[in-house]
Order: sequence, then C-alpha cells, then structure tokens
Amino acid sequence: MNFDLTDEQLMLQDTVGQAMLNECPVTHLRTIFDGDSGHDGALWETLSGLGIVGLAIPEEYGGAGLEILDLAVTAETLGYHAAPGPFLGHVLAALAIAEGGSPEQKEKWLPGLASGERIGTVALAESGGQWQPDQWQLPRGDTLTGKKEFVPFGEIADLIVVGATGGQLAVVEKDAPGISLAVVDGVDLTRRFQEVDFASTPCEWLGQGAPAERVRDVGRVLLAADAFGGSQRLLEMCVEYAKTREQFGVTIGHFQALKHQLASMALDVEPNRGLYWFAAYAQDHARDEAERIAAIARAHVADRFMQVARDAVEAHGGIGFTWECDVQIWFKRAMFDRAFMGTPAEDRERSLQLAGL
Amino acid sequence: MDLNYGSEMEGFRDEVKAFVQGNWPLSGEEADLPMDKQAATFRARAIAHGYLYRNIPQRYGGSEQEPDVLKAQIIREEFGRKWAPQEARGIGTMMLVPTLLERGEEWQKDKFVRTTITGEVAWCQGYSEPGSGSDLASLKTRGELQGDEWVINGQKIWTSGAHLADYMFCLVRTEPDASKHAGISYLLIDMKQPGIEVRPLRMMTGSADFNEVFLNDARTPADWIVGKRGEGWLVSRTTLKHERNSIGAAQQTRAGLKGLVDLAKKSKVAGRPALEDSTIRQRLAEIEGYVKAHQYSGYRQLTKDAKGEEAGLIALMMKLFSTEIGHKSSALSLDLLGEEGLLSAGNAELGVQAKDSQGWIARYMYTLGIAVAGGTANIQRNVIAERGLGLPRDAAANRSSSK
Ligand SMILES: Cc1cc2nc3c(=O)[nH]c(=O)nc-3n(C[C@H](O)[C@H](O)[C@H](O)COP(=O)(O)OP(=O)(O)OC[C@H]3O[C@@H](n4cnc5c(N)ncnc54)[C@H](O)[C@@H]3O)c2cc1C
Repeated sequence: MNFDLTDEQLMLQDTVGQAMLNECPVTHLRTIFDGDSGHDGALWETLSGLGIVGLAIPEEYGGAGLEILDLAVTAETLGYHAAPGPFLGHVLAALAIAEGGSPEQKEKWLPGLASGERIGTVALAESGGQWQPDQWQLPRGDTLTGKKEFVPFGEIADLIVVGATGGQLAVVEKDAPGISLAVVDGVDLTRRFQEVDFASTPCEWLGQGAPAERVRDVGRVLLAADAFGGSQRLLEMCVEYAKTREQFGVTIGHFQALKHQLASMALDVEPNRGLYWFAAYAQDHARDEAERIAAIARAHVADRFMQVARDAVEAHGGIGFTWECDVQIWFKRAMFDRAFMGTPAEDRERSLQLAGL
Repeated sequence: MDLNYGSEMEGFRDEVKAFVQGNWPLSGEEADLPMDKQAATFRARAIAHGYLYRNIPQRYGGSEQEPDVLKAQIIREEFGRKWAPQEARGIGTMMLVPTLLERGEEWQKDKFVRTTITGEVAWCQGYSEPGSGSDLASLKTRGELQGDEWVINGQKIWTSGAHLADYMFCLVRTEPDASKHAGISYLLIDMKQPGIEVRPLRMMTGSADFNEVFLNDARTPADWIVGKRGEGWLVSRTTLKHERNSIGAAQQTRAGLKGLVDLAKKSKVAGRPALEDSTIRQRLAEIEGYVKAHQYSGYRQLTKDAKGEEAGLIALMMKLFSTEIGHKSSALSLDLLGEEGLLSAGNAELGVQAKDSQGWIARYMYTLGIAVAGGTANIQRNVIAERGLGLPRDAAANRSSSK
C-alpha cells in the first residue's frame, strides 16, 4: 500500500513547474491571455522539449510510455500555472491514435505528436451539448460531413481526431479539403475553441479497441487534475493576499470570518488530491472502475474548483472583480473544466447508472 | 503508487483470515455465552495471536507487536468482514490508555490498562465545564492536596457515559497561582464515592447518554495524577501516533453512504421511487464525490503513517470533512424519509448505521453531536486556518487557548 506519488512523479511536477515559472510567469501569461490565439509557440516548444506532450505515447513511437497518472500530475501542475495552449486536446488526440490506430497509423502520426512538432486536438461536441460517444451523429463514411463544436485550438492543430456516429473516431489532417473553421467566443482565454465544419473531408478511421471511451474517461481525469491544480493556486493566492492586505490597521488574515472562509476553501481543495490521483490510477490499474471514478472525480473536483473561484473573487474584494486581478484567469479555467466534455450533472447521472442505480 | 498491500502483507492477510474463520463466531458451548462474554473470549484469543491491542505491552494485557499501520489496517478489514469483535471503542481504550502508556506511572499502567481494554472498568472524560468548552483551559474545577488525598470541587458537564463509568479522567485546576494552562493537572477519580453526583442530561434525541457531574469534596489519592502537577494540559494532548486508525472515519462515511443508498432504494418521493427522482439522484451522487474524496484522503494518511511521515494539512481536516459530509447526508436522509420525518427518534441506538426510520431520525440529530463534541466546527476551522494555512492566531484565543 503506497498511495502517494513517486519521486519521479514529484520531479516531473517540479520540472514542469519550473519551466512554467521561467517561460510563462503570470506577467507573460497575461499577454497570451489578452492576445489573439491563446497559444505560445515558444512555450509549446519548451513543454515539448520536456517530453510532456508525448508522456503517454508508447516509447516505440517516440513518447515516454508513461501512465495516465503521470499525465494527470502534469495536468495538475499546468492547471496550477493556468498554462495556455493545446495540451489537453493534444494528449487526448495522441491517446486516441495510440489506442485505436493501426500500426501504420501510429507510425504515421504518433512520432510527430510525441515530439510536439505536430499538434493534435479532438472534435467531440455536437450541437446541444452532445459530448458523449453514444450521442455523436456525424455520419460515418469515406469522408466526413457535418459540424463539431468547441474544438480546442482547432485553428493551430495539425490533425483533428473527430468523433462520429457509433462512437467511432476519425483522423483528419489540417490541410484536407472541405474544412472550415469559425472562432468561438470562449470564456477561458488560455484554452481557445473553434467550431469546425467538414464538407466531404477525407479522413482515416481508427478501428481498434475503444479509443473514444478512453478519450472520454482520460479527458475527465485530466480536467479533474487541472481543476485540482487551479483550485490549489487560488487558495494560495487568497492566503497570500490575506497576509498582506491591511484593513482596520491589521492584515485581513486576522479576521476570523475571513480565516474561516479560507479554511472552508481549503476543505474544498485538499481532500480532492487523492480523489483525482485514484481516478487517474484507475485508468491503468482498475479498468473496471475507470469510467465511474473518472466521472465522479471530474464532477466533484470541477465543481469545487468553481466554488473556490467564486470564493476567491470575494476574498479579494473590489480588486477581485477586475480583469487586472489574476483570479479571473483561474475563474475561467474553472468554467472550462466544469463544462468541457459535458456537465457535472451528466457525470453524476452516469456514475449512478454505472453503479446499477 | 500501488494500492496493493504487497505479497508479504497479503500473506499476513491470509493468516488473519484463517484465524477469523476458525474463531468467529464461537462454536459449541461457547456460542451460548452472553454476547459480551463471547466478545471477551474472542478478544483474548485474538490478543494471544497478536491481532488486538498491538501497541500495548503484554504485561498490561496487550499483544506487544512491532507497530505496523498496514497490518493493523488488514486486521481491521478482516475482522470487520466477519463482524468479529475489534478493539473496544470506549473512551477509556481510545483516550486514557494511550495517555497512560505514554505518561503514566508503572503502577498506574498495571492497575488500569488491562482492566480497561477488557472492558472490566469503564471510564468517562471529565473535561468540559459549564463555563469552559471551546476555551477548555479556562476550567475552574479545583483540586487541593490535603494530606495524601486530592479534594476536588466543581462541576463537569456533557460527560458522556458518566452514569455508567467506574472512573473519570479529569482536568482539574490544582495550581491557582500559575498561568492558565500551567495550572491544570490530570487526575484519575473513582466515580463511586459520596463526593460525586451524576445527573443525566437528556439529549435532543431523547436518550440520556451524557451527564452533569458534580464534585463536592470528591477525593482521590495523591498519586492518582498522570504527569506532574500543572502538566495536565500537556498530558491531555498526548496521543499515541502508532497504528492510528487513519481511515476509520472515511470507512464510516462510506458505510453511511451505503446506508443512504439503501434508504433511497426503498423510499418514495411524491409517490414515485426516490431513485427515479433526478434531484435525489444528483444529491446522492454529489455526496459520493465527497465520500470518495474522504476515502482517498484516508489512504493518503495511511500511507504517510506507514512511512512515519506527517500527513500535513489533510490530517487537520478530517474531522471537519466528516462533519460536513454528515450534514449533507443528514439533509438528504430527511428528504428520503418523507412523512416518516415526523417520527421521533424512538429508542434508536446512536451510530452511523441506522436500521429503521427512527434510527435515521436519531442519526439526523446525532451528526450534530459529532459536529460539536471534541472541538466544534469553528474550532476546527481555526486550526485549519492557523496551523494549516499559517494565518495569524486569534488575539482572544491567544489569551485563552482552545481545544
Ligand atoms: C454528544 C456530545 C458528547 C460530549 N461528550 C463529552 C465528554 O464525554 N466529555 C467532555 O469533557 N465533553 C464532552 N462534550 C462537550 C464538547 O467537547 C463541548 O461541547 C465542545 O467542546 C464545545 O464546547 P461548548 O459546548 O462549551 O460550546 P462553546 O465553546 O460555548 O461554543 C458555542 C459556539 O461558539 C463557537 N465558538 C466558541 N469559541 C469560538 C472561537 N474561538 N472561534 C469561533 N467560534 C467559537 C463554537 O464553535 C460554537 O458554535 C460532548 C459534547 C457533545 C455534543
């Protein structure tokens, strides 16, 4: 029994955290946040250089061959730093190909994704919030025709993994004909979306295993991990502020009402660490629990993150309500983590069904 | 990360399993003994095998094993699986015995440990007073050394089980001139004496499990003190770390959730099965999120304990987290009970498990008792904010430290 991260995992978090501090301190993050694309090529190169964009890709295809837990602890650190860019969609696309691709397909796409030279993303949602594989209606054929919503960084992606009817996944290359993109006015400026319209667009199908389910479950785990990291950061920001901001002649951390609010926030953060760890661990080591615990963890941690974000605005007073205050960046990460891939309510409903209730 | 116990531990688990299989329930004539005798018989055998009271030396009735939180956890799991008697959970075993082992005189351990763990003697905890609850160190009950006896005057309150107890471990002000915390001593007092009057207090559930205890020239021998004079505050804070049951509370919230699911299965909302009601479903699933977070936080603590490391912030939170889960579960249970929420708590036994509607009513109230007892939610928040988050200490509490 060792329910703890390994030294290697702690080192991984440390390395990623250092890179974020060096390459994307909050001052820099804000320029990306307020910029046009939400993507920073130099940061992507750095993260790629660390190997984290190919962490869970098998070694034979140039990845690190690690597990979902390793990916998740990385997502926690990226969430802590509100890392802008296509990490989430990219690792899910790579996972889909690694799980569902033929040897030729893997050979063709995975090395480029593992090195980060090519960026991947996933096109899951269809209109009306239909995120789940069994809800997809995009017809399956030699080509793709139809619309996908909320495709993360669709504009910069070199390849898109697209969900279609029957929970099938197809891969479309960026320069394929018949793709049109429309910008979505998303709330989280660190993770931008496009809407993607396909018109007789050539594609290749991923025919092995059940990659769509895996993408769904690992996606939920990574959202939970991101949410945990983000909520941890907000808590620290609030505690720090309480120790410096003065009112009535003392730092506001002296006021018990605020102390209790911060204690309640901590209670919304710290217990979720083990929850997301186990949800990630289960993806490789307890496959029969994997879907259910991923749903529970995403619903719970993302909801707590959202609550902590609301509390964090209040804890900062007037400045908390400004664009200038960094809290809003994480607040919007919380909104993303809570709504991407479906709502917590859907996750919870699913978790009961999976328990036979 | 590895959630398996490992082959050595699984070998140990097999041994424990075989032991439970062969020894519980009792068979033959022993199966006709009264239940408490059966439990005592089983416990004696479990001690002989090194399975219970592992941190207590053999000379005091324990089994004196190398501390090992994983083995302790496996024993709890395997005994629990077959409903075999575990270590007695009274306040004497859980609080006094560890304190004596750490701080007591040899003769005190000799006299009290064995009889306490076998359940021959029962204890109560005399800490709270009418004027001293959260601010426990302000307590006023006085003890004066007269010859070879302490003479004690004052009042304790909310004393659970005082009406059944043989002895009380008690915080008493013996050094009136010393500063607040340094004036307190930890005394052991025989409850069966003329100087002690126990008056039951009826709890909101209707039963009377706690009491007022009046001490009017109550007496106890001069050497029935644990630690030195004026060290009582420190002594009362002693806890033995090894083999702490770091996941017990989480196992209780899990059992509570299971009970809630069972209740939902048989309840109706607006004439339809409760489990078809989407609001009920959402609330149930939301509570499970908290329960799972509790469970894996318990595993984190267990791992830290096994390595002998500090668990940090999470350790300060477990009581408040249980309390909050208790509030949420209670609220849902009342909605599931529907019109049965009009019933009284009856004579239901208090505990996490509720067997019928009245048991659920009792539990609905009892979760509040747990919230208050042993340090209120606000006091827990103070601890999290101050010790956990490093925020400034309360000016008032600095003068008058709290539980
Ligand atoms: C079921 C039950 C069993 C018990 N069994 C025992 C027992 O066996 N032995 C024993 O000694 N005691 C026992 N107690 C007593 C228990 O420990 C006290 O009730 C508890 O410590 C609170 O003290 P109090 O009742 O004086 O409340 P108070 O301290 O007066 O608290 C009243 C309210 O004020 C708040 N408050 C107080 N101080 C602060 C502060 N600094 N900051 C913010 N808020 C504050 C509290 O949170 C609470 O909401 C038991 C209590 C219950 C409910």
